[in-house]
Parts: sequence; C-alpha cells; structure tokens
Amino acid sequence: MATTIYVPRDSSAISLGADAVADAIRAEASRRGIEIKIVRNGSRGMFSHEPMVEVATPDGRIAYGPVAASDVASMFDADFTTASEHRLRLGVADEILYLKSQTRLTFARAGVIDPVSLDDYVAHGGYRGLRRALDMNPENIIAEVAKSGLRGRGGAGFPTGIKWKTAFDAPPTPKYVVCNADEGDSGTFSDRMLMEGDPFTLIEGMTIAAIAIGARRGYIYLRSEYPHAKRALGEAIATAYAKNYLGDDILGSKKSFELEVRLGAGAYICGEETAMLESIEGKRGMVRAKPPIPAIEGLFGKPTIINNVISFATVPIIMERGAEFYRDFGAGTSRGTIPLQLAGNAKNPGLIEKPMGATLREIVYDYGGGTASGKRVRAVQVGGPLGAYFPESMLDVTLDYEAIAARGGILGHGGIVVFDETADMAQMARYAMEFCAIESCGKCTPCRIGSMRGTEVIDDIINKRRSRENLEILRDLCDTMKYGSLCLLGGLTPLPVLSALKFFPEDFGLDAADVDFIGPDLTISANAVTSNAIAPR
Amino acid sequence: MSAEHSNNGGGWDLQEIQKIAERFADTPGGLMPLLHAVQERVGYVPSEAVPIIARTMNLSRAEVHGVISFYHDFKSAPQGRNVIRVCRAESCQAMGAVELASHIQRRLGIGFGQTSKDGAFTLEPVFCLGNCACSPAIVVGEDIYGRVSKERFDEIIARLNPGVGQS
Repeated sequence: MATTIYVPRDSSAISLGADAVADAIRAEASRRGIEIKIVRNGSRGMFSHEPMVEVATPDGRIAYGPVAASDVASMFDADFTTASEHRLRLGVADEILYLKSQTRLTFARAGVIDPVSLDDYVAHGGYRGLRRALDMNPENIIAEVAKSGLRGRGGAGFPTGIKWKTAFDAPPTPKYVVCNADEGDSGTFSDRMLMEGDPFTLIEGMTIAAIAIGARRGYIYLRSEYPHAKRALGEAIATAYAKNYLGDDILGSKKSFELEVRLGAGAYICGEETAMLESIEGKRGMVRAKPPIPAIEGLFGKPTIINNVISFATVPIIMERGAEFYRDFGAGTSRGTIPLQLAGNAKNPGLIEKPMGATLREIVYDYGGGTASGKRVRAVQVGGPLGAYFPESMLDVTLDYEAIAARGGILGHGGIVVFDETADMAQMARYAMEFCAIESCGKCTPCRIGSMRGTEVIDDIINKRRSRENLEILRDLCDTMKYGSLCLLGGLTPLPVLSALKFFPEDFGLDAADVDFIGPDLTISANAVTSNAIAPR
Repeated sequence: MSAEHSNNGGGWDLQEIQKIAERFADTPGGLMPLLHAVQERVGYVPSEAVPIIARTMNLSRAEVHGVISFYHDFKSAPQGRNVIRVCRAESCQAMGAVELASHIQRRLGIGFGQTSKDGAFTLEPVFCLGNCACSPAIVVGEDIYGRVSKERFDEIIARLNPGVGQS
C-alpha cells in the first residue's frame, strides 16, 4: 500500500519552499519506484519546522523539518517513507511539546486533514455540529452559542450569542450572514491558516448561523492578499454544494443557504464591519455611523450578522460538544480558547491555541523561545497595529480580554509581535500614525487629518523641534482621535503611540517625567487635558 | 488603445470589457468582482473601460472612478511585467523589513509605487501578507516568499530576470 506523505499547502509553508519540496518528493519517489500518496494538508503552525513533512505510520505521523527540496534525496536515502532516522526527524508530530501543550479546539483538524476533502472532514468529526443544529429550533441554537460564552474573535470581543439573537429578533426580511475574513492586522494569520487548513469548519459554522437567524445567503469577505485561502475555500464550497451541505434543502432539512466568497482589494479599513458591508455592496469602503447596528440594518439595509472567521469556525465544536464543554475552558468572562499568533522577532513563531488566560511571558518565552536574533526582548505588541506596545517588564499580563484592557491594551485578534532591543519605538509610533493616514477611509476628520498631523508632530519631537510644545499637541491629538473618530482605526491609533511614549520615552529623546500625563492604563489623565495645552515657550 | 503595454499580453478590446461587465450586471454589489475580473484580464482598469462599466452597472462614471481609486489593488495604468510587493507592516519591520525595502529599491532602481523604465518591475508596498511567522515577507507576481534576506531577494530576482542580480 502506498505510504501517505503530508506536505503543507499553507501559504507560509509555501513561502519557505513547500511546493518545491512536494515536487521533489514526488519526483524522487517515482525515480526510485516507491509508491506514495502526497496529501497537501494545512500547517500545524510550528513555523520553525516548516516546511514540515509528515509520514503516516501505524504509530502516528512522523514529522521531518524544516525540509528543503535539496534534503529530499538524503531523506529517501535514509528510507524516510518508513519513518526512519534522519537529521531532520522530529518524532511523532502530535507529541512535539509545542503542539502537545496546546488546547486545539477550533484548530483541532487544521494541519491534520486534507483541507478540501469532505470525507476527511466528516471522518474527523466534521458536520456533527450542523446535524445537531438541524434537529434544534433556532432559539435553542442561539441559546447554546450564548451559553458557551463565545465572544467575537475578530477583536472586539462582543458576545456572539447576543449578536445572533438581535438578528434573529429582527423582522423576517431577507437576512445575511457575513464572515469577516479581511484579516489585515500585522502579526495575525489564524484566519488564513484556518481557511487554508480546514475551510469546511468555517462553512459549517456559517451554515449553523444562517439556520439560527433565518438567513438564506452569506458572504465571506476575503482579503485579496490571501490567494491560497481563496483557492481552498473555493474548492471546499464547490464540494459542499455538490454534496448538499450548501444550496437548497441542506441534508433534506428544507433549509437553504447560498454562500459566496467576495474578494477585497487591499483596503485595511474594510476589516471594519460597516466599511466591509459597503465594499460587498460594491462601493468605496467608507465607514458607516452606528447606530443602526448591522444586526438590525446591515448588508443591503437588512439584518446581518458579521463574525470573524475564528468565531464562526468555533461554532461547530460548540454545537458538537455542547456549550458547557467550551465554556469550561478560559478565565473570568473570557471563555474558551483563543488561537494566539506569535510573530515578528520570535525564535519559534507560530499558531498557539490556548485556553484564555495564558501569560504573555509564557507565549513569548516558553513557546517562542525569545527572539530570533538572540538579542533581548524589548517590546511586544499585542492585538495588531492598533494594539499597545508592552515592555518586557509587563509580560506577566494574562491574555484575556479584561486583563489586557486593565493595562490599557487590547487583545484584538490575538496577534503578538516581538521586537528585540534594536527596535526604535519612536519610529514604530510614527509608523502607527502613518499607517492610519494611508488606510483611513477619510470620512471623519480626527482620523483623516489627525493621523497626518500625528506623523508630522512625532517627526518634530524626534528631531527635537520644540519637542515639549509638540508633545502637548500630540497628547491633545491622541485625545481627539480617541474620542472623536467614527471607528476604531482612528480611535485606537493613539494606543500604540501612547504606549510607545509611556514605556520608551528615551527613544523620543524624552524623560519619564515628560510623559507622566499618560496614566498606567494608557489613558490621558483628565487634568492634563484641561491644562493650558499649547502655550509657546 | 494601448493594449501593447498590458500585463497579460493585451489582445483585449472594449467589446470584451462590455461582456465582462454584463456578467455582473445582475449581481448584488457586483462592481467589486467586476473590477477584479477586468483587472485580471487586462492587468489594470483602463480609463476607456470606466464609461462602459458605469453604463452596464447603472452607475455614474464618478461612482465607478471613486471605487477604483479607493482600493489600493485597482490600478489605472499598466504595471511592470513583475510586480513585487514588499510587506512594510510591524511584524516584518521587527525582522528588518525597513532595511530590506531600502535594498530592494536600490537593487531595482525604483521607489515604491514606481515601475522601472524597461517595464520589468513594479514595486508596491503591502500591509501584511499574513506571513508574519516567516517575516520579512514579499510577493513576486503570484509567489509568496518568507524570511527574505537581501541575498535571498537577489537570488529570487536573478532567477526572474538574469542580469539584474549582477548590477
């Protein structure tokens, strides 16, 4: 019987040469007359081992990595298709501590199965959640999701059950289910990995949502930077239609759900849910004022639930195993697990799904192994480009919504970016303003103009041009952006800026005393704002 | 019509644009997939296509132009034969993307948003490719690369266009 060999089709693995490795294995096997079957799986998320090749054996899947195409001949020489010894052999994949110590619920199948094989998906527990949901009435599905404690994994952390209930209660007009797959935050890639590694989970989660609120049409708004995810989703959706998991009369239930992928076009702001709706409607991605909230008046003016990829992809396991099973993981009011993404200057970057409440230090050091450069960790940005920069001394913070918020930060979509001691935090603060200026939709003034002025003012501070006066202006500007912006792009851009100022004033040529108007929770103290701000000296 | 500059070898005409547009006339919010389809065919969205798209979609030309100009992906002019996109976001910056970007600009002799005189390269910034665990990342044409050092960049380019790597 042919030996099954797994080579990831994940785009990060491909970026390190996985396609060439797969080709080399195929060619070498054929040259030597060895019968093999190659499965292009998702990634397990251990990127220091990618491209990671696995060989199926009766004792489990044996991993080898990182494999270059030039290693393949020597692996065949060592008879690796029988899982034999080789310098790249890592042992049983599931037993690798990085993976074994995780709690993979949402990512249980990612990296394990053939992502576009419905049979593989079903054999690994797929579509059990949908089958259970089809036997329940919609109120009970929504109650189950609410009871699980699931909160929006896109970043806002809004309770998913409440959002669904709001759309369910809206008058019975056409309703829509929209998946936010516009994963634009630097340092995040969990949506991409899920869509490339287990796309049926997302499709199943959205189908359950549609049945719960009474929607017959859904859209996945996918960023154009993810062509491999587009391909995997396209194949999975076509199969789901062919096998009656999508379309009319799903599994004989009389319920229908049409699902379509819509491609973004390189605008970060379209990850903001109302800008996304505008974009799906074929317009400029301009943010809408809220209220009305999308659950009441969303896509094409109709009730719409918008959830992140990970939120939808977590629904199947909640429906399969029950709300209590999921709720029993976590800390405080942050229930369940979160797929954290460790990136930047980390020695062992990757996808780390843990119950809510792990510490940042555990992720950065125990999993990450410190920096890739071997230098000291200087700063860690949590929650994407709109998240705070924390100094090394604050890494004991736990990763749940409330604990991060208490320190003034956001957990966001779970991205963690490590910087070593060579990082210039003044430049990172400037970049935060510059990024906001590039990506602002332009609808509101604090974001559109504030970010431009912010870049200039930070330049002036760095270049010691009237730095004290300019610091006052920057403080005032951050306050205006935070409270005056229409959405969180302008509203949160002050966070990376103020945290960089607070914890790394020396990079701006300032002292700690200069920035004492920033409180420990990264707010601007009230008396500072009311002081005579811009008095020339 | 200056089809000879187009990315995909040209050969398009306004009738074909019309046909593409008609495919999306009844699609709710069809303008975005329509523009993607035109760009995929032609390599950019030609200005001559705008009135046709507007008429077919029952929109004003200003509305169509507004959408094209809002999104970074939609181009109004032909791009180079090799479009190189370099991630400039935080994770890649933490791994030396700023230096890599300077190297790439020097090597290609063009800045971001520019196309080389011989039409070989267009250099574009991109803000996150989701390849943050393998920073710094770039895309050349359709192909994504991770952990790109200056040397690795030179190798990638030399394979595309022998000669450039030796300048």
